[in-house]
Amino acid sequence: MATSKIILTDVYKSWGKAEALADINFVCGDGELLVLLGPSGCGKSTTLRLIAGLETPTSGSIEIGGRDVSNLPPVKRNISMVFQNYALFPHLNVAENILFGLKARKVPKKERQKRLKDTAALLGLTEFMDRKPAQLSGGQRQRIALGRAIVAQVSVCLMDEPLSNLDAKLRQEMRQEIRSLQQRLKMTMVYVTHDQVEAMTIADKIILMKDGRIEQHGTPEDLYNRPATAFTGSFIGNPPMNILTSDGPLSKSFPDSSYFLGIRPENISISNTSGIEGQVVAIEYLGADTLIVCQWGEQLITLTVKGKTDALVGDYLRLNWREENIHLFNRDSGVRVSNPAGGTAR
Amino acid sequence: MKPTFQLRYWNQINGWLLVLPAVFMISLFTHYPIVSNLFHSLFSMGTATRPEIFIGLENYKYLLDDDIFWKVLKNNFIYSLCTVPFSIGIALCMALLINRNIRGRSLVRMSFFTPTVLPMIAVANIWLFFYTPEYGLFDQIFGFFGGDSHNWLGNPDSALYCLIVMVIWKESGFFMVFYLAALQQLSPELKEAGLVEGSGSWYYFRRVTFPLLMPTTLFVTVNAVVNSFKLVDHLVIMTKGGPDNATSLLLYYIYENAFSFWDTSYAATLTVVLVLILAAITIFQFAVVEKRIHYQ
Repeated sequence: MATSKIILTDVYKSWGKAEALADINFVCGDGELLVLLGPSGCGKSTTLRLIAGLETPTSGSIEIGGRDVSNLPPVKRNISMVFQNYALFPHLNVAENILFGLKARKVPKKERQKRLKDTAALLGLTEFMDRKPAQLSGGQRQRIALGRAIVAQVSVCLMDEPLSNLDAKLRQEMRQEIRSLQQRLKMTMVYVTHDQVEAMTIADKIILMKDGRIEQHGTPEDLYNRPATAFTGSFIGNPPMNILTSDGPLSKSFPDSSYFLGIRPENISISNTSGIEGQVVAIEYLGADTLIVCQWGEQLITLTVKGKTDALVGDYLRLNWREENIHLFNRDSGVRVSNPAGGTAR
Repeated sequence: MKPTFQLRYWNQINGWLLVLPAVFMISLFTHYPIVSNLFHSLFSMGTATRPEIFIGLENYKYLLDDDIFWKVLKNNFIYSLCTVPFSIGIALCMALLINRNIRGRSLVRMSFFTPTVLPMIAVANIWLFFYTPEYGLFDQIFGFFGGDSHNWLGNPDSALYCLIVMVIWKESGFFMVFYLAALQQLSPELKEAGLVEGSGSWYYFRRVTFPLLMPTTLFVTVNAVVNSFKLVDHLVIMTKGGPDNATSLLLYYIYENAFSFWDTSYAATLTVVLVLILAAITIFQFAVVEKRIHYQ
């Protein structure tokens, strides 16, 4: 099979005066699982729909497998897609749903039946072939949608928040299943989600988007260890990075007031001797860890400690961290700056 | 033990009291007339001098020999077989057209729906003018292209079809509204899935849109069939069943027998036939067609 690299160059999309996407440039390599991540309204679904051909870019070009597809209809792009609500045809049974596209493309019957059998076996759907979607559970419906994408045997698969309608446990199972299918079938996959945990666990590369622009494009480790902007820092990680300003008692930890200071909750330690004193305002016990929220003047800071804590709401704690764990961001642009203390920044 | 019994007892009474108004109304206006009508059809027509007497199936025997009845029945079947499929087909096409983003969509929607809001009497008068020989709309158009004058409604061969065309024009817009509502319920995600899966518009319509519209189609079909036996207002204005009963329909024939000839017992007999026909069609539609329909 030919390469199925996806390349977006200077893609721009607007509806009238409303700008949806600007300056989108990225490459999704052959056999790579690329996650488009971001809060709702950031343009990640629009980007996916542009790749699918359900929307056309206002300007810029989209290339799939070395072919410019910017103005081709979805059917000519050699892609499959899984929709958020699965988009199953409610009046057709499982087999007919999976075969819908093959029949539309007039694949010979023998070939159809073979592919259907393989796909059903792969997804554990064999015994449900005669059921209608309404008679199946959410996870099974999700599998039909996956089946429809797999049976087409195209190398590019697009996923629009495929797990958002499932409960937490099932979501984790399906996430692993999708990842292993993608690797086994060597699919190039673009996967949209707003859930950073999903993104971190499944992705080869993540593109974090905000307000129609790309904030950062990199591996999950890059995004976690070297967030390019304060927004990335506060979006990735659970609980998210503390983004602090130099106001109040923190001022002496800053080179000057033109920075945001980012520090991850797990990098903050409680000290008896040094550090800045804050008052505990909330404690959340999670089992393996405990989240402690402290107040410093006007600012709140979250830290995690292993196991259970003895601290109580209202106590004063001295908090400390190591210089190398500090991330500094420009206060106006939010962009990462080299750390004057040396260390983390590139 | 006792309180439980009392509670159940009162629940029964309460239930009956709650349905009583509905039962009373339905009995009075639906069940009683049907039974009374059936009963009446077994008697001869009573006059001041001759009281009505029980004649058994005599009226039905007469009906079988009544040439006008057979002609009217045939008219009605032609009328139904033409108006029902055409008005539904046109309604579906119009709904598909205005469900898209076309220019001047509101204007098109409005003009498609206008015939529906007009009263049948007004529509009949408008079309009476269209069909008028010499200076009616159609003859003027034909005349412009050098055609001859036609007596559209006066010719037994064309009169019924003239009425059929008018009724299709009148009814399509009404059925279109139901189709439009159903089309707007369909998820756009399905359409997009269809596009990605490579289905062309015809394939998608045949495999997805049309099957998902089937509940609407059944509803509209039942209505259209019932209407085709029920609507006779236009006959009064346009042809009065003529010429030579060429446009008379079953209900109009019943009306004539009952209120022009005052043969109420024969009218009752015809009514029984009408009710049986409608019941048979409805049972067929619900028992046979409904099983093949997917309801969401």
